[in-house]
Amino acid sequence: MALDRGRMRRDFIAEFWRYRELLYFFAWRDIKVRYRQALLGTSWAVIQPLFNMLLFAGVFGKLAHMPSNGIPYPVFSYCALLPWTYFSVVIGLASNSLIHNHTLITKVYFPRVLLPTGTALAGLLDFAIAALLLVAMMIYYHLKVSWLLLLTPLAVLLMVMLTLGVSMFLAAISVRYRDVKYVLPFLIQLLLFATPIIYPVTMVPKRFRPILALNPCWGMVDSFRACLLPNQPVDFKLIGVSIGLTFVVFAGGLRYFRKSEKSFADII
Amino acid sequence: MSAAIWVEKLSKQYKLGHANPTLRDRISGMMKLDFLRKKPEEETLWALRDVSLSVQHGETVGIIGRNGAGKSTLLKILSKITYPTYGSTGIDGRVISLLEVGTGFHDELTGRENIYLNGSILGMPKKEVKRQLDAIVEFSGLEKFIDTPIKRFSSGMRLRLGFAVAAHLNPDILIVDEVLAVGDAEFQKKCLDTIQKLRASARTILFVSHNLAAVENLCERCIWIDHGEVHMDGKSQTVIKDYMGSMRESTAVVVDLEGTQNRRGNGKIRFQGLEFLSPEGISQKIIRAGDPVVMRFHYCVHEPIAFPSFGFRMHTETGALVTETSTSHHGIYIPAVALGPGYLDLEIDCLNLLAAKYTISLWVTDQAGGLVYDNVENAVILEVDAANPYGSNFVIDGRFGIVFFPQKWNLVGMSGRSEHSLSSSVDLRESLARDNK
Repeated sequence: MALDRGRMRRDFIAEFWRYRELLYFFAWRDIKVRYRQALLGTSWAVIQPLFNMLLFAGVFGKLAHMPSNGIPYPVFSYCALLPWTYFSVVIGLASNSLIHNHTLITKVYFPRVLLPTGTALAGLLDFAIAALLLVAMMIYYHLKVSWLLLLTPLAVLLMVMLTLGVSMFLAAISVRYRDVKYVLPFLIQLLLFATPIIYPVTMVPKRFRPILALNPCWGMVDSFRACLLPNQPVDFKLIGVSIGLTFVVFAGGLRYFRKSEKSFADII
Repeated sequence: MSAAIWVEKLSKQYKLGHANPTLRDRISGMMKLDFLRKKPEEETLWALRDVSLSVQHGETVGIIGRNGAGKSTLLKILSKITYPTYGSTGIDGRVISLLEVGTGFHDELTGRENIYLNGSILGMPKKEVKRQLDAIVEFSGLEKFIDTPIKRFSSGMRLRLGFAVAAHLNPDILIVDEVLAVGDAEFQKKCLDTIQKLRASARTILFVSHNLAAVENLCERCIWIDHGEVHMDGKSQTVIKDYMGSMRESTAVVVDLEGTQNRRGNGKIRFQGLEFLSPEGISQKIIRAGDPVVMRFHYCVHEPIAFPSFGFRMHTETGALVTETSTSHHGIYIPAVALGPGYLDLEIDCLNLLAAKYTISLWVTDQAGGLVYDNVENAVILEVDAANPYGSNFVIDGRFGIVFFPQKWNLVGMSGRSEHSLSSSVDLRESLARDNK
């Protein structure tokens, strides 16, 4: 039995690799289509997070004087908004990726997991463009970077894993229950405020922080801050839990997806 | 030879009715403690039941059956799109299944971009698409529009583009669902030619179609699926003949003429129906080009009449007269007709019409034709199916005209001697062409 499962996993990975070109094509299609017939084209990838940052900086930074761990508030919030935007946009799109492609699912075989994965891959382009703005801001504010900058790729990897895990779960469940589409915007909004994105974690009373650690999004945004911004306080124990949960979410999402994918074509 | 495709004791069950309960249904179900009660019997449908078959390498096999018989389900399971409830399948070789032309086309992308996307979805490596791109574009005949988003394409253009990609796939095993049902005659011919070409290169082909003539021509073997089971498996001709026979039994085909509005005449005698029969007297549902047919005119005489003349006229759908004939044309005189119902047969040894729809008008008049007893205009539509009346393996359908003649090509004059006369005829054609310029 254990052997069997091991073989299935190997087959799955081998097949995924065989179909890597199609994954690339799905991502390419998403990117091509997204900004076609949009006057401003890919600049939307910068405009959206920029606008969010200005809004939060205006409301929380200037009006509410939100503390920001000694970093200029715009950079502080944008550094977390960057992975957050990727996460929230991708799970929104990916949860619909199977339904949108139902004609493909009922007419041709390919590893179904390519669809949400393709969306997540395509989102990385927007992420990269939006990251340029962060670099510009860090230069503008003369922020120093530490050796932790070298760990940024790991933070990106964590972000993609968490996003993929949630995406796979939502995509699979929305094949059966279309309610996901209606619930998701609330959840995303709730999560935005439940995660220390526009406020520093130091604002959360110490005794509540273990609860916060159950939210893997905290691990995601704080690992970005820790890597990119100087002198950030990091509670390794709690962040470790949050990051550990990321792996659980990824494995759980993939497992649920694989379990339900056999019936996709019949019930979609 | 070894098996390219094998299917063992395959069954597939579908649940009917509430396929997609919403979250609300589930939650309200929990509130009502549904899980404590006995589950209501779910309605189910066996799309396939205990199907076993195998296809050898290099074989071309047709699959026929009524709508809903389970043909498409079988193809979907073989293509790994859906999974069987019981049983197993196996495929040996690079398989491409074409359940639809142009799968995954995206409206916003250009023709060229869609070629790449569609090729990749169907399992063609990017390098291969690149290599064949020019050939694909040329095959589609859409050179001018290839950089236009396909949302501006007509449905015919999409079909051509999709098929152009499909025609350049190079599978060991090809699984094709009813692709011939769509598109015009020219498109269908292209499809058939392509499948023929693949067949010639010893590929394995599994082919679902309602076009029985095409199945008969392309496939040496044919599987008839009925109610989810293999009903018959064998030589195409035999299977198709039996299949058509079963369709005939299912309904007696008499076209009812009682309610026809489009009629005139004094009503002393009235047509009640028109029936198509085989020479053996069995009602025919499907009539193919070249079949022997008996047309039976059912009538009812209400008042005594003498020397009536029965006749009928046949038009093409576009209104061209195909033929008109009557008993008086044949010099037949009918002194009297018994009161009450009766019928008159017109026997046709070989219906030399090609595949199309024809409308039939009937009349009965006095001998001179001046007094009309009954006349129904365009009351019956005769649908003739494509066949290969010349006995070759070439489907002769509506593209090749309205009628075919009993004919024979004679090649006697082609032996070496007559080279001279042949070349002179070519010369003649060339000089004609020159003159025209």
